[in-house]
Amino acid sequence: MSFLPNIVGFACQWCTYAGADLAGNLRAKYPPSIKLIKVPCSGRVEPEHVMEAFAKGADGVMIGGCHFGDCHYKTGNYKTANRMKILAKLLEDSGFDARRFRLEWISGAEGYRFAEVVEEFTKELQQLGPNPLKGGE
Amino acid sequence: MADKVKTAFLLAGGCAGCEMSVVDLSEKLVDALEHLEIVFWAPTVADVKYADLEEMPDKSIDLAFVDGMIRNTENLHTVKVLRQKSKVLVAFGACASLGGIAAMGDLHTKEELFSQAYKTSFSTDNPDGVYPTPEYLLDGKYDLTIPAILDHCSTIDQVVDVEYYVGGCPPHPSFVGKLVGAILAGDLPPVGSWLTSGKAVCDSCTRNPALTGQERLPVGEIKRTIDGRPDPNACLLQQGYMCFGPVTQGDCGGSCLNVNIPCRGCGGPIPGIKDFGARCVSTLASSMASEEVAAQFIEKYNDMAKMFYRYSHTASKLNHRVAEMKETQHAKN
Repeated sequence: MSFLPNIVGFACQWCTYAGADLAGNLRAKYPPSIKLIKVPCSGRVEPEHVMEAFAKGADGVMIGGCHFGDCHYKTGNYKTANRMKILAKLLEDSGFDARRFRLEWISGAEGYRFAEVVEEFTKELQQLGPNPLKGGE
Repeated sequence: MADKVKTAFLLAGGCAGCEMSVVDLSEKLVDALEHLEIVFWAPTVADVKYADLEEMPDKSIDLAFVDGMIRNTENLHTVKVLRQKSKVLVAFGACASLGGIAAMGDLHTKEELFSQAYKTSFSTDNPDGVYPTPEYLLDGKYDLTIPAILDHCSTIDQVVDVEYYVGGCPPHPSFVGKLVGAILAGDLPPVGSWLTSGKAVCDSCTRNPALTGQERLPVGEIKRTIDGRPDPNACLLQQGYMCFGPVTQGDCGGSCLNVNIPCRGCGGPIPGIKDFGARCVSTLASSMASEEVAAQFIEKYNDMAKMFYRYSHTASKLNHRVAEMKETQHAKN
């Protein structure tokens, strides 16, 4: 039995959080590995939050936002896309495996998609093993 | 307070540039001697040895400045001793408070650093590949020792408690005078604070578009300083040159900007920032017009870690923890 990863999920309240809600209503099955934090918009998530989660031992971090064009605040997810693209490169260059970090666009109608993404990410993290910085502070 | 403020300066793993900045006060420093007594300034200025510091009574120094990061066993030891002897300890300059330039060495293994410094660099003549060793027995009877390099760098506050932080590479020497004045007046700022105006470099920069009532526009093309000479009057970020001004403390008065060079964050993070590099990513990325521009940025600036953490690598919790593990990981591979 491989370990159950600890995933910190930042979910935009308009799309991904609603998507996660729908996954529950649909009785979609996915591993209990993700701990969701509801944020007003994926654009609210600072790269600092991601770094902190990893530094404290999270095995994976996922940010979920609306599809392009769907952002409740018009441009929040475009900014997130730019930031996280650069952050992934920064993590890689700093010597931290950026595969532990994911950015996903999941709408409020995509309950099954949410379950699928979490299952897939959990499997990938199980292959990668625990966060090498495990142990927190 | 009638007594003079007993002051100490210690150079840890730095380059002594911070001390040059203090010495640059010249006559003002001489005037200041009316109010302060320098009891320790090693290894650079005063003729006081580490052993003398060890013999001083605990908490006998009113105000101690450390410049430089913790890089070797000597730094680690002297900083711990100085902490014991001092009432107020100040991390003076980018290295002491954030890690500084040398902390970027943490992105490499010790073997890589040694090989570059003692074997492969162009000016090195070392055919036998000899590395310095912390202990050496000369002629079978002289036991020689030098400090050993640590597995990773640390900022001062990762090793001992620090009362105040000053950013800058080098920091502005006026902070020395301000602290002496504050101690004399018995009016010290809250422990743990940065001594800063609290304003960003952009606030002191004459290129700020806000000064002429212009709006900031999304950046459409990324440039490096080698790509041409930037317009000396327009905001560098607006021209596509990546500048850390928006998130850096502007006590320098925008001195790099005044000579057409983008800010690289030596002043330290403006208040409210935990991780300088990550916040830089956030700020710069939000000013980019599209994902293509972000991709262009990644392509043009090829090492994000050394770009964003030029002065603050060790201060980032994630980097510090990755660095703590790098030697064990290296040994495993």
